[in-house]
Amino acid sequence: MTATEELRMPVARTCPFSQPEQYVRMREDSALHRVQIPGGKQAWVAARHEEARQILGDRRFSSDRFLPNFPFLAEGGAAILTNAKQKAMIGMDAPEHGEARREVLGEFTVKRVEAMRPRIQEIVDGLIDELLAGPKPADLVEKLSLPVPSLVICELLGVPYGDHDYFQERTMALIRRSTSVEDRKKASEELRGYLGGLVTAKEKDPTDDLLGRQIVKRREEGTYDHDAMIGLAFLLLVAGHETTANMISLGTIGLLENPGQRATIEADPGKTLLAVEELLRYFTIVEGATARVATEDVEIGGVTIKAGEGVLVLGYAANWDPEVFESPEKLDLERGARHHVAFGFGPHQCLGQNLARMELQIVFDTLFRRIPTLTCTLPADQLPVKKDATIFGLYQLPVTW
Amino acid sequence: MKIIADTGKCVGAGQCVLTEPALFDQSEDDGTVIVLNDTPDGELIEKAREAVNICPSQALSLEE
Ligand code: SF4
Repeated sequence: MTATEELRMPVARTCPFSQPEQYVRMREDSALHRVQIPGGKQAWVAARHEEARQILGDRRFSSDRFLPNFPFLAEGGAAILTNAKQKAMIGMDAPEHGEARREVLGEFTVKRVEAMRPRIQEIVDGLIDELLAGPKPADLVEKLSLPVPSLVICELLGVPYGDHDYFQERTMALIRRSTSVEDRKKASEELRGYLGGLVTAKEKDPTDDLLGRQIVKRREEGTYDHDAMIGLAFLLLVAGHETTANMISLGTIGLLENPGQRATIEADPGKTLLAVEELLRYFTIVEGATARVATEDVEIGGVTIKAGEGVLVLGYAANWDPEVFESPEKLDLERGARHHVAFGFGPHQCLGQNLARMELQIVFDTLFRRIPTLTCTLPADQLPVKKDATIFGLYQLPVTW
Repeated sequence: MKIIADTGKCVGAGQCVLTEPALFDQSEDDGTVIVLNDTPDGELIEKAREAVNICPSQALSLEE
């Protein structure tokens, strides 16, 4: 790549099975690149695994979305930040971030998540029963990918699942890049309004769910704040369903396209958890969340990132770094890909990762055990991919059996 | 070899518990790491190294 050539981000992902050419070239050329981002701004991009982990693990890089050069990949990303009180956990830095995270961490430990296993299995089985009883072909996104995480996060938070059309539509508007600034603002305000009503109801009558428990706990500690609770509900609801849904769709097509690989987990379900790590690495659906701003001059990969400059960490490019993952373009379920950065890295590494892992493990085990003849009715290269969203995935996955 | 855990740095991702539940657990209260056995031997030594490498917050280290 020559110095004069202008690099732009975001790059649309068009094929679930191959990496954008710009990522490949950037990774080969140098550790860091200067790129153009929406809004006429510039930012640094890190595309290799080593620097990705360095930046995300270094507290001199801030997650504060209110900083002037914060590199948003969607135009109008800053528009929905209207007041400082709405700062969500993902936009906080130490020590504020650690404190906020610890408030809810107890709900997401490996053990607590494990305790949810029977209920999640029941949800998945119920949805597959409905799928099998319904007409074919069917859209797996609608029948399984979206409802699994949606039902799970609704139950966990204590949000009525009956309202899912309302919040799903608004979540989609938030993560679609083409959403206008005005519509983005509107979607965010409506979602906040909806959750505000819910939080107010739980303040009067704290139910035994994550939000109810948090209200009780924080009141006892004397730290309760109505707006902060809405912020938490907002973050967990948005982060909790669209992400896992896309991994279910992509993981399914990944396994359908690689029957030899799928056979390894069918023969030994004990291997599914590790297989899930490889699917997470291979598809790496979230990228915009790992944006940062340097708070002081920091040298990374031979260049100095100056205080105040924005940095984008490309987890997807890092997870296909051949220095770390041999033949990264090969889906290898037995690779042992646990050091991927699909959940990010550093203090902000995904809070719900163990819940996501378990949902994926249960879905893939159950789906192929119960419907061994599952096939996709479209060639993989004709699937409607989310080229225009900040979270990659499929709009539809038509299947039959 | 000794495992050192800095709970001040720990972000409770539980990657260590997933790596080796015989060595690590998480506090029920705030999710931070609890080292169950800080002087592993045999096969557990490799597991301890893997946990140190995978921990996202550099909360774990080894004293050789
Ligand atoms: S992996 Fe690291 S951050 Fe996560 S719980 Fe263990 S020690 Fe804490």
